[in-house]
Amino acid sequence: MFNILKKTLKTGTVTTDYPEKPDAAPSGFRGKPEILYDKCTSCGKCIAVCPPNVIRLGEGKLSLSYFGCIFCGRCEEVCQEGAIKLTQEYELASSTKDGAMELNERIEKIFGRSLHIREVDAGSCNACEVEVNALSNPVYDIERLGIHIVASPRHADMLLVTGPVTRNMEIALRKTYDATPEPKLVAAMGSCACSGGIFGDTYASGGGVDRFIPVDVYIPGCPPRPQAVIFGLMLALDKLDRKKTPYLNTGTKEVKA
Amino acid sequence: MDIEQIRKDFGSDILDEKILGNEIYFTIKEEAAVRACDHLYHHLGAPLVSIFATDERKKDGCFRIHYVFSSLSSLKDDRTATNVFIIIQINIDEKAPHFRSITPKIPSANWYEREIQDMFCLIPVGHPDPRRLINFEDWPTGLYPLRKDFDITTKAERVQGEYRYRRVEGEGVYEIPVGPVHAGVIEPGHFRFSVAGEPVLNLEIRHFYTHKGVEKLFENMSIDKAVFLAERVSGDNSVAHAVAFCQAVEKIAGMDIPPRAKYIRTILMELERLYNHLGDIAGIATDVAYAFGAAHANFLKEEILQLNEVITGSRLLRGMNAIGGVRRDIGDKKEIILQKLASIKSDFKELMELLFASPSVADRIETTGRIYNDIARELHVVGPAARASGIDRDTRRDYPYAAYAELDFKVPVLKSGDVNARTRVRADEVYESIDIIEQALSRLPDGDIKYVFKEIPDGYALGYTEAPRGEALYWVMIENNRIERCKVRDPSFCNWLAIEYAVLDNIVPDFPIINKSLSLSYSGNDM
Repeated sequence: MFNILKKTLKTGTVTTDYPEKPDAAPSGFRGKPEILYDKCTSCGKCIAVCPPNVIRLGEGKLSLSYFGCIFCGRCEEVCQEGAIKLTQEYELASSTKDGAMELNERIEKIFGRSLHIREVDAGSCNACEVEVNALSNPVYDIERLGIHIVASPRHADMLLVTGPVTRNMEIALRKTYDATPEPKLVAAMGSCACSGGIFGDTYASGGGVDRFIPVDVYIPGCPPRPQAVIFGLMLALDKLDRKKTPYLNTGTKEVKA
Repeated sequence: MDIEQIRKDFGSDILDEKILGNEIYFTIKEEAAVRACDHLYHHLGAPLVSIFATDERKKDGCFRIHYVFSSLSSLKDDRTATNVFIIIQINIDEKAPHFRSITPKIPSANWYEREIQDMFCLIPVGHPDPRRLINFEDWPTGLYPLRKDFDITTKAERVQGEYRYRRVEGEGVYEIPVGPVHAGVIEPGHFRFSVAGEPVLNLEIRHFYTHKGVEKLFENMSIDKAVFLAERVSGDNSVAHAVAFCQAVEKIAGMDIPPRAKYIRTILMELERLYNHLGDIAGIATDVAYAFGAAHANFLKEEILQLNEVITGSRLLRGMNAIGGVRRDIGDKKEIILQKLASIKSDFKELMELLFASPSVADRIETTGRIYNDIARELHVVGPAARASGIDRDTRRDYPYAAYAELDFKVPVLKSGDVNARTRVRADEVYESIDIIEQALSRLPDGDIKYVFKEIPDGYALGYTEAPRGEALYWVMIENNRIERCKVRDPSFCNWLAIEYAVLDNIVPDFPIINKSLSLSYSGNDM
């Protein structure tokens, strides 16, 4: 017992200050891809190498949806013009697939509110589960933010869904959704859940959660780092508040991607 | 392994023979397959490591089934010298789409043969359990995803069907269905317990809920993109899968990657083993309610994940491998890695001393979830689970790849086969992994990290790694610079079968820690 106490004291507090304080990703981290249009020649090399096929050429202009992006950086690697850069930015969660929302000052007021989450793996590769489990480790310790991972959908306010929704998981996902009491939120975590990711839309893979149940917040990343998940959950919390009080003007800024 | 002896044993049954590096292919008559496999398995002691089919109707007018056996020379000292894979191939005519099941003789063939039945509609005649495996009961007959004429985008209608579980009957016997959505943050799968009171009488597992059509997807992807798919077969074993895939392709191309890349791959694979083993130990501590140990082990795992992100940009070490080498150098991060590992090592040592000294932990893990040596052998259990049941196998030593032949490491083996042994094997492997990384960093050769390839010639080869869960196997066939077939064999595909035996004589509340101690991947298994 004494030894346990000694080791605990020696280790001290290891918990991060995020999201109260920013927590920058290390250099070399591959985050949100950005296209520098003044350099882009629309040569199409990046389109050819993109594993989840999320880069498109429309009306002579390149577009990239980072919701299905696996952040491999192949586009950056093959672009001789240096027109695609993977930035350090990882707070990419958004409530819609075409616009990103910014975390606003109101979030702080909601901090006191608790959120009960049931995680549903709808066919993920298990990388997202590694990160969901990390949320409960002493470094991220999401319980400090009032967020609890619960054992049953009946106890949950939110379903945190990973994976592209496989054919064999579709029915279980729908049943889990139905078992969750109203009001409920759904967060799609990871590129597969957001839009199928590298597994796409096939005989076995459903191509994303929102084809099966309504999604309130998308958290891109492959897998998203724990801070990115926390950011997404905070965003959802804000939304939960708006659902209950729809007359409230939240002042959320929408920034076009 | 004496090839001459095999030639003599099989005699006129051999139609063709091909030697490609350490892979020896024998095409034999279909009717001789059971005899040949039985001979290799029972008389020559070569475990069955994979069975898969290929659809080669277009080229050769037939399907083929390939039985892969691993043949280790019996003496430990000269293991590396003569270790080969022996692959028995049989041709199957489309008009007579069946073959003789070897499962009655070799139990580990069970799921492979059912997989072939579901994906190719080649019927294993005489299989003791011919139920569907991957395609659920609502999948229509007549659609077989790995046949070449099946379009990957097909959306099949759901049909009526029934899946029958094994039933145990008797007074006071009842069933507990668990899953696919579980109470913890784990992957989906179904467990059907038959119990009388608390003791488990029977467990039947039902998987493939996360089947994502990975093998079909490989055939629809360019080779360089497929590396990223391999990373996503089983997320927490990203490196082991990507390296196994790359090695298979590099073998086909006859390409020797730069020495520096081999060392970097080795370091990445050991970092992956570290965070997996630390996570497994944390999970076992959680499941025995040793909260202090769980918190510390989870913290150590997190430290490795953060280190991974600093050196590779990805917490799960993704995006590092490519055909021909690695995409990023990590040489400049040497000091950071060494420093971090030194502190983790001393923390881990203190933690393990406390954990194994705790009577409440010992009470829960000793004699729990035993897998006896003979069961482990018959089912070809791999990885730490096998080594905890007295099976001295490690791909890193037996079939050296990357830089392992040049590094010095021990393979811990224990005999008791319980949760305790599996925990201790992992704990010992943590020290070995740290040691391997230190050696690799101190000997990191100079030079390129990647050779560029343009086209991969036609051919096929096996790629293999010792993933944190055990041997991961890829058999890749390239045609016209495209993937014609990619068979993935995750270690969990072998180990899942063992859990039905491990829980016998145990009580239901011990199931979670037995499951955790085997550390099984659902996604790698279901693909």
